[in-house]
Amino acid sequence: MLGRTANDLYWLARYVERAENMARLIEVGYRIVLLPRDGEGAHEEWRSTLASAGCAQGFFDKHETLSTRDVINYLLFDCSNPSSVKSCLAAARRNGRAQRTSLTRDMWESLNAAWIEFSAIKPESVTAGELPRILDWVRSRSALYRGAMLNTILRNDTFFFMQLGTFLERADNTSRILDVKYYVLLPHVEMVGSGIDAVQWAAILRSVSAHRSYRWVYKENYKPWRIAEYLILNQAMPRSLRSCYEQIGVTLDDLAEYYGDQHACHGTATGTRQRLAKGNIDNIFQSGLHEFIEDFISRNNRLGNEVADAYHFNG
Amino acid sequence: MYGSGEGVRPPYHAVAEWLGTQALGDLRQKLADAETMFRRTGITFAVYGSEDTSERLIPFDIIPRIISAAEWRKLAAGIEQRVRALNAFMFDIYHRQEIIRAGKVPEELIVSNSAFVPEMMGVSVPLGIYSHIIGIDIVRTGESDFFVLEDNTRTPSGVSYMLENRETMMHMFPDLFARNRVAPVENYPENLLKTLESVAPTGLKGEPTIALLTPGQFNSAYYEHSFLADQMGVELVEGRDLAVIDGYLQMKTTQGPRRIDVLYRRIDDDFLDPLVFRSDSVLGVPGLFDLYRAGRVTIVNAPGGGIADDKAIYSYIPKIIKFYTGRAPILQNVPTYNCRKADDLKYVLEHLPELVVKEVHGSGGYGMLVGPTASSSEIEAFRAKLTANPSNYIAQPTLALSTSPTMVETGVAPRHLDLRPFVLVGDEVRMTAGGLTRVAMRAGSLVVNSSQGGGTKDTWVLQD
Repeated sequence: MLGRTANDLYWLARYVERAENMARLIEVGYRIVLLPRDGEGAHEEWRSTLASAGCAQGFFDKHETLSTRDVINYLLFDCSNPSSVKSCLAAARRNGRAQRTSLTRDMWESLNAAWIEFSAIKPESVTAGELPRILDWVRSRSALYRGAMLNTILRNDTFFFMQLGTFLERADNTSRILDVKYYVLLPHVEMVGSGIDAVQWAAILRSVSAHRSYRWVYKENYKPWRIAEYLILNQAMPRSLRSCYEQIGVTLDDLAEYYGDQHACHGTATGTRQRLAKGNIDNIFQSGLHEFIEDFISRNNRLGNEVADAYHFNG
Repeated sequence: MYGSGEGVRPPYHAVAEWLGTQALGDLRQKLADAETMFRRTGITFAVYGSEDTSERLIPFDIIPRIISAAEWRKLAAGIEQRVRALNAFMFDIYHRQEIIRAGKVPEELIVSNSAFVPEMMGVSVPLGIYSHIIGIDIVRTGESDFFVLEDNTRTPSGVSYMLENRETMMHMFPDLFARNRVAPVENYPENLLKTLESVAPTGLKGEPTIALLTPGQFNSAYYEHSFLADQMGVELVEGRDLAVIDGYLQMKTTQGPRRIDVLYRRIDDDFLDPLVFRSDSVLGVPGLFDLYRAGRVTIVNAPGGGIADDKAIYSYIPKIIKFYTGRAPILQNVPTYNCRKADDLKYVLEHLPELVVKEVHGSGGYGMLVGPTASSSEIEAFRAKLTANPSNYIAQPTLALSTSPTMVETGVAPRHLDLRPFVLVGDEVRMTAGGLTRVAMRAGSLVVNSSQGGGTKDTWVLQD
């Protein structure tokens, strides 16, 4: 396989995953903004949504104030924002078209149809009532694409590079949500029991589609340390850091077997995987949740760069 | 569909009967379904210079164009004769130039021709073949009158439409295929692969590695490039994926460099190697041409093949066929006036409203004049261009092109068409029955090029 092909497939998977995560972040932000509240500006919640999406800098370069309409436009439709849903779907389709020969027909058609349908939406015609439908649609399209992939693609390097893209992006997304919201999970005496906490905790879980599964796993009300444990260490939760790194580990092992060699990325991934496997939430809180998350983000980025080097993504 | 006599010609009987039983509304629905299918599959092409930059569909017509087995046998024999002669001509031009010595083709027409590549002189190519993939544009003007309009010996495109049109038709009208014995076309990719393998560098041990070189996804024929690479199971590469490493052409893979033995390139000669041709090219590979000359990689089609499909050479093709095969051409040329000759120019200027005038190096239907349908101001504007640079033009009489029933806005109506069979030349000549039928979608129009709004049809060669 060409190094450029591996690069395109890896990023194709990242963009599809990112579009889905973006839709989820917008949905959560929108729910909070709709809540009645006193005092602070109703739009403030968007600040953390933008930060979680890695879009705050870009947004404030363009807009001076926070407004729901501007934020939603920027995150959904703005082509100058490389992480907007529209940019992600366009980039995914562009990569897919460049690597048309690596995709099955089902994969390509779902990608192409998603792009054609999304580009037909006129941003100015999107009303508040329609927003949930569009966000659901984005998520269902991402699910359709991944379903088509899992059902039709050969388990060779094509599949491995796409899996790496999906799970590195997912780990990045979950860790950024934790990075932005970690303070909500820290014990603050004055806020305990206030309604705001419960809303914020639910929002964190919702942004990784885990608000219902939490109850099944923990059989109790939201507890911040439990939420942190669930998102970081739970192996069964498909968007937890641990679960992402189990997938990454398996995939890198598959690649090593397929190509018959190992690289620096294998060591890095194994290191992160073991830390998560042996991790204990009390220790993480003791040594600092924020530090833990920041360290994870930088390790995750490093892994991405090492994969690109090892497999000649840039020639 | 109709001959000079009464009624429908025999090859069309079954389809005419079927057409009679179809409601127009149903046909329209099928057509809309086909377009949705094409768009979803991404069978699109880019139009240069159009406002809406990205991708368009080529209009597809659901009524097949039909050729009888006997008609095809004659065409196939003529095409095979022609592609063998064209390759012999290219070999000769880049070696001893016997045909010039024999006085059959003027020397200056070759050496001062921009399609002639002097760097190819004396280069020995595997099996002596230059043009491995050839598209011959053929028109029909009467029941048994076929003319060759143009040879395409460089990088002919359109074969993916031939294949996808058949797929689409079989998907939508399986009963039609059950009732007619239509020669299959799906063997093309396999034949292409065999052809490419047969011209691997001499002395290569083991299976040759083949790659298809594309300019990238913004090229008008990108869909076709990726389609063919996929169907053959070979890598689709761009210039940036390639480099000359350790004296061989190599592609940069996830496991480091890997050798390529046969490069099916879909970029023009000019862009192949910035060290030899256009120095600003980023589509090709620096050093490629040296490797090629040393026999370390095969380039398909060979550089310099344009000398055989140049429109100024075209009028010499009958002589070329006679010279190399010793026989009269089976397929006729359209009579052609070379405007570089004073007598021909005079005739052309006097008869512009009756003629079709084309640029010698033009393609895609750009920069041509169709006299009978042009306005007088268009004709005068063209006269000025022609007078300013006569050797840049050739002219041909306007042919009464055959028509075939086609779905248009008002229903089913006759539209003019041509045929581009695709021929593969390697260890043997391989041909797919039929080819790509292009159809002018506007009433009366003779221009079938997709860049000018032309459409395509499935092409059926019936079996006996």
